[in-house]
Amino acid sequence: MSKILIRGAKVLGGEAQDVLIDGETIAEVGTGLSAEGATVIEAEGQVLLPGLVDLHTHLREPGREDSETVLTGTRAAASGGYTAVFAMANTFPVADTAGVVEQVWRLGKESGYCDVQPIGAVTVGLEGKQLSELGAMHDSAARVTVFSDDGKCVDDAVIMRRALEYVKAFGGVVAQHAQEPRLTEGAQMNEGVVSAELGLGGWPAVAEESIIARDVLLAEHVGSRVHICHLSTAGSVEIVRWAKSRGIDVTAEVTPHHLLLTDELVRSYNAVYKVNPPLRTERDVTALREALADGTIDIVATDHAPHPHEDKDCEWAAAAMGMVGLETALSVVQQTMVETGLLDWAGVAERMSFAPARIGGLDHHGRPVSAGEPANLTLVDTSYRGVVDPAHFASRSRNTPYEGRELPGRVTHTFLRGRATVVDGILA
Amino acid sequence: MKRHLISAADLTRDDAVLILDTAEEMARVADRPIKKLPTLRGLTVVNLFFEDSTRTRISFEAAAKRLSADVINFSAKGSSVSKGESLKDTALTLEAMGADAVVIRHHASGAPYRLATSGWIDSAVVNAGDGTHEHPTQALLDAFTMRRRLVGRDAGLGKDLNGRRITIVGDVLHSRVARSNVQLLHTLGAEVTVVAPPTLVPIGVESWPCEVSYSLDDVLPKSDAVMMLRVQRERMNAAFFPTEREYSRRYGLDGDRMAKMPEHAIVMHPGPMNRGMEITAEVADSDRCTAVEQVANGVSTRMAVLYLLLGGSEPAVTTASTPRTEESK
Repeated sequence: MSKILIRGAKVLGGEAQDVLIDGETIAEVGTGLSAEGATVIEAEGQVLLPGLVDLHTHLREPGREDSETVLTGTRAAASGGYTAVFAMANTFPVADTAGVVEQVWRLGKESGYCDVQPIGAVTVGLEGKQLSELGAMHDSAARVTVFSDDGKCVDDAVIMRRALEYVKAFGGVVAQHAQEPRLTEGAQMNEGVVSAELGLGGWPAVAEESIIARDVLLAEHVGSRVHICHLSTAGSVEIVRWAKSRGIDVTAEVTPHHLLLTDELVRSYNAVYKVNPPLRTERDVTALREALADGTIDIVATDHAPHPHEDKDCEWAAAAMGMVGLETALSVVQQTMVETGLLDWAGVAERMSFAPARIGGLDHHGRPVSAGEPANLTLVDTSYRGVVDPAHFASRSRNTPYEGRELPGRVTHTFLRGRATVVDGILA
Repeated sequence: MKRHLISAADLTRDDAVLILDTAEEMARVADRPIKKLPTLRGLTVVNLFFEDSTRTRISFEAAAKRLSADVINFSAKGSSVSKGESLKDTALTLEAMGADAVVIRHHASGAPYRLATSGWIDSAVVNAGDGTHEHPTQALLDAFTMRRRLVGRDAGLGKDLNGRRITIVGDVLHSRVARSNVQLLHTLGAEVTVVAPPTLVPIGVESWPCEVSYSLDDVLPKSDAVMMLRVQRERMNAAFFPTEREYSRRYGLDGDRMAKMPEHAIVMHPGPMNRGMEITAEVADSDRCTAVEQVANGVSTRMAVLYLLLGGSEPAVTTASTPRTEESK
């Protein structure tokens, strides 16, 4: 088997060390390791992280291969430093049967760029009426443990309660897209000062917060765990903080864009800023950063949502919601969390690798960088500064809100079980 | 002035006064036997209407024709738009046909802004009402009407609406007329109060340059003009108010309420009126109601806007009927 020696990298941002990969495994971590028989990567000054894990990715296949496929999406993931992604269920057909999740799982295997763990739909057709065959999806080759109707909220309290209870039988978790549907009919952007001026339908924070409040109470009542997708408001942070203080088994994610962008950008009516949940206010951004730092929010998840150009190059109301994020997530986190002093790199590793793998039940990802562990690794040049140019994206879609924006950091190498998927910033 | 008219906020006080003064010049043309100026001869104005609006469309059409522009009416119904053509492709088509100005009415807030800023077309864009965002030419014609009535036709020239107290009543939440009027009237120095049930006031209104009141009766005695907005009956079904009758009782303008207004105060309505809902027939048909006058003023105001956007800085109306030569264009 081939050997690779990563020399002088700051492991999790700490002391410079050498890491020797032998085959699919980390063989040794230390200083002054022998390079004999190994390909050497000089990584002085760079930060070595465990391969990133994204709990919230839309790969669009099957059904919307014009915006992304499992292959292009996993290439984008590898470019962004990810070694595993969870593929959301809102495909066409919906991933609500063992057949569809196995198809996505198999396409992931074939891509070879990053592991793909399918998420199963909670309800048939994401319609919120009848539970999907959750057990069958868990028992399938895809071994589904995370279930979500993401894109839609499981708004019926009884269906949500039953789902939370049912998946306990096999250690599953329901990831809720918290959006009260009646309060968000016709909603186009965060409801507040900017929506009042722009005349765009308001999307009140309470539509998210009321569902989160209900669901943490349901989780407590039935003794289940619940995961909250893309938390976006200061009020949601307060509710999750309260729930955790009460011992409720809740985890939560925040997207990179909600850590950086605000609804002021909507003044451009540029639909690249249209996203669900919507961009909020500066006050929310500050609360989300603090919550991610203090652990109230457990992880960063991209909500990578590719859309073809024509679905964004139009009037706001007609545009699709969502942003691509896999290839810029780490840079946004570096800018908003590391360079602000809120997190160190070990903290980033926890929130972008260890914790998401734990929540999603992945055994071979999100592991420590130490001997005997799977060689899923990401090497980051944190001193890099560059302007985002979507023309260079591996994703099939270009709907990034960061075009033309300078962001720090660049993934130079990604290793999936010892195989380099990215070398010197270029897909292998 | 900017190249486009998308929002009333695009206009400075001087821009707005220039438009109102120019509109007065245009209004004089309407009194002539031949109501036509050669100013925009050879230029093409496209009325691009994605939403039914006969009134606004014919107002713009009359304005462009009186300035001798060629007018193309493009209605979304019966066109390729109804077959799924995008705004972008429609824009590219108009550009290819050589439109010099596009007057757009669209159900989506921000569509005119996108049209003007996305690089799809080079022509000037005039917002003729977008979703629940803005309707700047309506605000201009309203301001024109107020200045004439409250300051004076000739006395008003060069003046703004400094210190005038304007009350806007009704469905402020969904009203593009209200948004544009609040902006423009503030720019012109007026003191604006919006009056509506709390359900029809947008969250975030505190950033608007106006006062907010839930009580019409409190505000009427302190108003120089009261603008009644059209309230759609369908709003009742979304629980914005309990019944039409209750709305009418609390926020409708009837003869008794009108009597509480100062002697000189006027009643305005952008039309079409819901008689019996926000305004009674008695008020609508009274001398104090300017609804019909507003329609006439709409043509003059839109002539002024098209002229200033397309015609440049030369005087619009020179001596009585001197046709402009090609060289002077």
